[in-house]
This record gives sequence, C-alpha cells and structure tokens, in this order.
Amino acid sequence: MTQASATQPIEAPAGAVLLEVRGLSLDFGSSRGRVRALRDVSVSVPRGRIVGVVGESGCGKSTLAFAIIRLLAENAMITAGEVRLEGRDLLTLTPRQMRDIRGRRVSMIFQDPMTSLNRVLSVGQHMIDIQYRDKISQADKRRRAAEALTRVGIADAESRLRDFPHQFSGGMRQRICIAMALLVEPALLLADEPTTALDATMEVQIVGLLKALQGELGCSILFVSHHLGTVAELCDDVVVMYAGEVVERGSVRDIFKRPGHPYTQALLECDPGRIHEKTRHLPTIPGSLPDLVEVPQGCIFKDRCPHAFERCQRERPPHYPVAEGHTASCHLLDETRGNHS
Amino acid sequence: MPPPDTTHGDTPAKNATHGDAGAFAQHWRQLCRNPLGLFGLALVVLIVLSAVFADFIVPFDATQVMAGPRLAPPSWDHLMGTDQLGRDVFSRVIMGGQVALLVALSSLAAALSAGLILGLIAGFGPQWLDNGLLLLLDSIRAFPVIIFALAVITLLGPSLATVILVVVITTIPVYARVVRTQTQALSNNEYILAERAMGAGTGRILGVHILPNVIGPLLILASMDVPLIIALEAGLSFLGMGVRPPTPSWGTLLNDGYNYIHNSPWPVIAGGVPIILTTLGFTFLGEALRDIFDPKLRRDL
Amino acid sequence: MWFYLARRLLLAVAIVMLAVTLLFVMIHAVPGDPAAVILGPRATPEQIAQIHEKMGLDDPLPLQIVNFFVDVTRGDMGTDVFTQRPVSQIVLGQMPYTITLILSAITWATLVGIPLGCYSAIRRNSLIDKFVGVISVSAIAIPSFVMAIYALLIFAVWLGWLPAIGAGGDGFWDTLSHLILPAFAVGVGWVGYIARIVRASMLEVLGETHIRMARAFGLPERRIVFRYALTLAILPTVTVLGVGMAHLLSAAVFAEVVFARPGLGALIVHAVDTRNYPIVMGTVLVTTALFVISTTVADLINAALDPRVREGL
Repeated sequence: MTQASATQPIEAPAGAVLLEVRGLSLDFGSSRGRVRALRDVSVSVPRGRIVGVVGESGCGKSTLAFAIIRLLAENAMITAGEVRLEGRDLLTLTPRQMRDIRGRRVSMIFQDPMTSLNRVLSVGQHMIDIQYRDKISQADKRRRAAEALTRVGIADAESRLRDFPHQFSGGMRQRICIAMALLVEPALLLADEPTTALDATMEVQIVGLLKALQGELGCSILFVSHHLGTVAELCDDVVVMYAGEVVERGSVRDIFKRPGHPYTQALLECDPGRIHEKTRHLPTIPGSLPDLVEVPQGCIFKDRCPHAFERCQRERPPHYPVAEGHTASCHLLDETRGNHS
Repeated sequence: MPPPDTTHGDTPAKNATHGDAGAFAQHWRQLCRNPLGLFGLALVVLIVLSAVFADFIVPFDATQVMAGPRLAPPSWDHLMGTDQLGRDVFSRVIMGGQVALLVALSSLAAALSAGLILGLIAGFGPQWLDNGLLLLLDSIRAFPVIIFALAVITLLGPSLATVILVVVITTIPVYARVVRTQTQALSNNEYILAERAMGAGTGRILGVHILPNVIGPLLILASMDVPLIIALEAGLSFLGMGVRPPTPSWGTLLNDGYNYIHNSPWPVIAGGVPIILTTLGFTFLGEALRDIFDPKLRRDL
Repeated sequence: MWFYLARRLLLAVAIVMLAVTLLFVMIHAVPGDPAAVILGPRATPEQIAQIHEKMGLDDPLPLQIVNFFVDVTRGDMGTDVFTQRPVSQIVLGQMPYTITLILSAITWATLVGIPLGCYSAIRRNSLIDKFVGVISVSAIAIPSFVMAIYALLIFAVWLGWLPAIGAGGDGFWDTLSHLILPAFAVGVGWVGYIARIVRASMLEVLGETHIRMARAFGLPERRIVFRYALTLAILPTVTVLGVGMAHLLSAAVFAEVVFARPGLGALIVHAVDTRNYPIVMGTVLVTTALFVISTTVADLINAALDPRVREGL
C-alpha cells in the first residue's frame, strides 16, 4: 500500500463505497430478556479495500458479518439501521432477493474449516453446486472449479475434486473455502475469523493468499478477527468493536500508531505480537464485558477503563475525530481538544 | 422401543440430583407449562388410584363366573359388558390394572438394583471384567425380547413370576450400560482422581460421588420403561403365556375377547383402551420428566 | 475394509453363539428333566430315554453346545419332536413370510416417517410440527399388538375392507391385501419413531456450519434441505433400523398371531404352546442371527454412506 492510500479518508466519495452499514442495532432473544448484541453500529467498506473488524470474543463482530449477509440465528432481531450494498438496503430485500445477492455479490468464509464443508459431498460437488446459476456445461463448471483450486495453491486440482473434505487438512480446507468464495467473483467477501482455528504458520499462508487474491480480483473484504497482528498484516482499515459498539475506526496505520480509544490501547498492549521480550507477564484488560441485557448508561467501556471520569458515567461518547478519517468514541478526546482550543 | 431423543424439549439441563423444595417448585412449574406432561400425569394418577383402590371400585368379583348374560354389551349393570363366561368386564379391567402395575414396579425394582450393581462393577472394575460383562449384556440384547420371553416360558412355564423374570433379565443390560458409561465418565473426573490420590477408598467414591449422579438418569430411564413393561406383560398374557387365568389382566381380556371379536367387540375394546391410556400416560409423563431433568439423556449411551 | 468386515462378522457370530449358549445353560439351570418338560406329564420312561438319546441330553453340557453348533454349520438344527421333519426345513420355510412382513413395515414406515420428520424440522414449532410430535409419541407408545387387534376390528371386522386372517397367496393382489393390515400394525410405531429421529438429526444438521456456508452461496433452500441436510440426517435412521430389527421381530410375532399369518412368530408361539423344544431352539437361533445380521448390515450401509468411514476402513 502506498502512503497515499493508507491515509485516504474512510468516508470515501459515495461512488467508491461498496458496503455501508449505518446505525445497525440487533437484539438476541434469550430467557433473561433481549440481549442488545449490536448497538448503532456503522461500518463502511470502500471498493477494493480490506476492512478489519477486531474485538474480544462476544463483542458482536461475527454477528455483524452474519447480519450483513442475513444469515442470523432465529432468535436475532434487527431493530434499526440499514445495510447498503452497492446502494441497495439488504435489510429490505425479500428472502428471495437476498438469496440472489448471496453467492453472487457477497460470499463468506467461516471460522472453522473442519465443519464448513459437507462430509458426504466431494469437494467437486460443492464447487459445482455453487455455480448452479451459470448456464455453462458441467464440464466447464468442473474446469472452473479446478482452476479455482489451483489458484489457492492446491496441487493436482483436477483429481482432488473427487476427494471428500476429510481427506484435506484444516489449512487445505480453508483454502478450498476461499477458492469457493472467490469462484463466484463476489464484490464483497466476508471472512469470519478464517484463521482462528489454524496454527500460526497456516495463518500466515492464508493471510498471504487472501491478500494476493484480493489484489488479483479487486473485491472488497470485511475481515473479522480478534488478532490485531493479522489485521495489521492484511487490512487497510480497521473497525474496533467493544460489547456491541464500534469504539474506534480508521486506517490500520493511524490506529496502530495513535490509538484513540483506551480499549484499543489496551488491546494493543495485550497483543502478544507486540510484547517486547523484556516484559515477563502477559498484560490483560481487567474486568469483564458489561451485561448486554441491561446496557449501562454512559460509556460502554467505563467499568474497565483506567481513565474513566465523571462524564463517562452519564453520557455516551459520540465519535470524535482523532485524525482525518480516524475517529474514536471517547470523551477524553473531546476534553483534550477542548483544552487545546 | 428405545425412547427417541430430545425433540420437543427446549428446557435447559438441570442436575437431577438436587431435590430441595425450591428446585421441586421450579420443576413443578416447568411441568405445568407442558400440557402433554400434565395430561400424562393425570392419566398416571388415575390409573394408580384405580389400582390402589381397586377392591373398593369393582362392582363384582372379577373372577366370579356369573349366571347372567354372556358377551353382553355395556349396560348399567355391566359398564363394559360381560365376557364369554359372564364375568363383569369392568371389574376385570380395574383388577387388571393392579396386575400391570404390580409387574411393572416389582420387575423395575429388581432390574434397577441388578443393573446398578453390574454397571458399577463394569465401570469400576478391571478391564477384562468390563469387557466380559459387556459381551454378556450385548448377547442378552441380541435376543428380540418376545423371542427371549417365549424361550424362557418354554423352560419355566407361563406364570406371573416368569413374566417378571423376563422383564428383569431383558432390562438389566440397558441400566447396566448407562451406569457403566456414567461411572467411567465420572471416575475420570479430576476431582475424583484427586480424591483417589488423597487416599479415598472405592466405597467412599462410589457412595459420595458416583451413586448420586447415576441414580437420577437411571430413574428417568426406568420411568420411561414402565409403558414398555406393561406392554410386554399385556402382550405375553394376550399370547396366553403370561398371567394365568382366572387372574385378570388386560392382555388376557384381549385374548379372551379376540376369539369373539366378530360377534362381540366389547371385551377387546375394554381390554385395549386401558393399555393405550396407561402407555400413553407414562410415556407423556416420562418425556416431560426427561425434558425437565435431563434433556440430553439418551438410552444408546 | 475387509478387515473391518471380517471383525464385524466375527463379532456377530460370537454374539449369536453366546446367546444360544446362554439358552443351553438356562435349560440346564432349570430344575427337572428337559425331556420330561418336552414330552409333558404323560411321557413314558422309554420316550424320555429316546429323546435323551436323540438330543444328546446325556452328554456333558459343553459337548452338547459344541455338537449343536457343529450341526448348525452343517445346516442341521435337529428334528421336530412331533413331525420328525428337520427343524431347519420348517424354520426356513416360515422365514420368507416374516421377512416380507418386516420389510413391508420398514418400507412404508420409512417412506412416511422421513418426509414427516423432515417437514417437522423445517417448520419447527409450527402447529403441524407439534401435531406430528404428539402423534409420533403416541404411535411409539401404543403396543403394536393392540394396534393390530384394533386394526383388525376396524378395517376387517367392521368395515370389511381387508381380509382378517391368513397370508393369502392367490396372486399378487390377494397377497398384498393380506399384508396391508399386519404391515400397518408392525410399522405404525416406526413411522413415529423415524419421524422423531429424522426431525432431531435434521435440526442438528441444519444448525451445522456447512449449511450456513451453502446458504451463504445462495443455494436454493430445496437443494440445501435435500442434498446438504437430509443426506446426513438419514444416517442415524439406518442404524436405528438395524438395531430395531429386534423390535420389528417382536411386533411381527404379534401381528402373525393376531392375523393368523404364517411366519416365524406364529411358529414359535405354537412351538412354545406345544413345548416343541427343538423348534423353539431353531427359531431362537434364526431370529437372533437375523437381528445380528441386520445390525451388521446397517453398520456397513452407514459406512458406505459416510465417506469418512468408507475411506477409513
């Protein structure tokens, strides 16, 4: 990435935005009441860019991805917001229209490659099935499937199409999933923690592969991960989520260099990749996630925030600019700016 | 037939061994939300009461051959008509319930204790004993129940005691297997291993840790076996190989009535309906109890 | 693959042999002389001695058991005490009736049960799902012989639609019309049972990630249900049917008695009535073997359907 693109503002011109999630709120029904899993989440993915979504498990980052493609659990209810893909609000589409979008404009890779393929169907059957819309011969579909497998680095693709999922290792299966997701040439690829279930070497390979293929195909990727190092490696922009809210967004460069939100700062300190050899203990963020059934007033992070002050108790912080195209929802930013002015 | 698995139970798993008043009230409320379970409970209560107070309910001696009309249709004198010997069918139905419950309870009690002991031996004992017992239990299960029952009856002759014996032998393997699996799972638990390391004896581990955890699932399984046992007793009696005449049983009612089915369907109807109501009642109740206490419990452990 | 097959068969044979051995041991545990039991109270000492001689009852128990198995491998299961015909001939002659009955019951139960369970799973918690649930439990709970008697009463005696007794044999339609009621009685519980199993495993499969993955590619719902979910969800049914052979055989015994059909069940009930001990022994051996074979076959079918197992063998 060049210097220019790294500092490019997030709020790109309207034509350049592929996906615009605005004010999305989502509840899960539970025996205790409604769990407010996403609250007023806004994310935008420009064309041809890779946007990372990071946060601890349970912060709603995967829920966001599933809400975009509308593959939510039955007890999920979207209460507000819109999800605009190429200008169309996906939330208003009929199930039929939504099905037309899936596997054509949007596709997805999942967290656990061991379970994301059907064990009684061969890899070839999977890959031919997803081309069901194309009016080409079975042989052509097979050839395209083999090409896609070759592209993700699976040798002897033609014969491996006959193999079943269990005959591949976890990393290989994730490659197959990537091949499938890109075979349909989507405008947007949703990647839900695709490297979490893999070991470190595999992770590096898969990330490299995604980056290379994205450059080749020019699609946009929404990359969900809890691992900052991976995000830094792969993404152009980052959205940091905490307990169902977006707390900070900006370019990878800005956020790593100058994290604006105390939560992001804490995450960076926790990331083992950044720990210097001299520190002996692994830093952790004290405290635990707030109750999302009775969402507390004020800042969502206040209970775990080392800098929390009186204003954080009563007032929910809006997004304040940190730099151009870099915002964070923390009152400290307002206070420091106020002091400067 | 083994009980099918969790299909209509959305209640979270509860530990069946805690029996304090608060838990009981909660379980009761859960049962009240399950109309089918309540219906089952009502049927079971009705059947148990009619069996307990059978002697006060029956208008006639169930075994007394009467001079009155034979194979008569229902009337105010004989609510369910009379059989081929002129006996009051209603009285025979009520007394038959007593026999059915007697067989079910006594054989369950015996099978549970034997299954518990064998299961604990298999689960806690040495590997060779476990393997041997498993092979034995599996080969008992290899007999279709009725075929096994018939084979035993050939040897011992038909009687109430033979029926109970057959039920005991054929249900032991199921209980023993459940106990064995649970025991093995539990005895590899860290806290039990820790206690062993600290020198706790086998007896203490069995009594304090294993037994309380095993009894709950076992009792639920047993409650779901009641309809199977009642069906087996009735079935054998229907074949003329269970309860001996003149003792009334729902199965013998069916057997007697079957011969006159073309002219007088009343005894057959009267013998079948209580079997259906009892099996349905215990099944609905058993399913509701399983959903409340342990939705994940399966027989094929 | 062959190793697995051989091991399964060996285990199957072992279980049958153990089961029959158990029966032998039980015979000897019973007080009294088996020959006297067979012949009943009016037996003369000469008759008893003759039976002893013929059945080798004077040999030590282990030798008797070994002899029995040696004879069985030669296709000799002894001789009927009354008719002097070979037991194997009698038992094998009745077997086709029972197998036809069981297979028809399984077939119709599967054909109805799988769609019911599948539909219930897709329309979970709908009125139809709940209705199917209650009907399934009831069908499972009600004993098959009560079902058989009531079916006989309603459809044969009252309505007169179908013949009440016998197996027919006068052409295809006659045989079929005699088969309908018994097959109904034997299979009706299985409709409920299969529906419940398919529903449960269907719900489990529909919750798996690969289904979400297929949906993420916009595959038509119909294809997801039939190709991606149902192919996995019916696997447990195969196992259950294999194990369920024992229950099917039990149900067939009653159906054969109620509808006065020929078959293994009718044979053994009659043999028990007349204390025809060699016939009982032969039927027990054959039915137990049938059960063990069907369990093994079910396992093999499962292995053939599941590529993980298929390749792993």
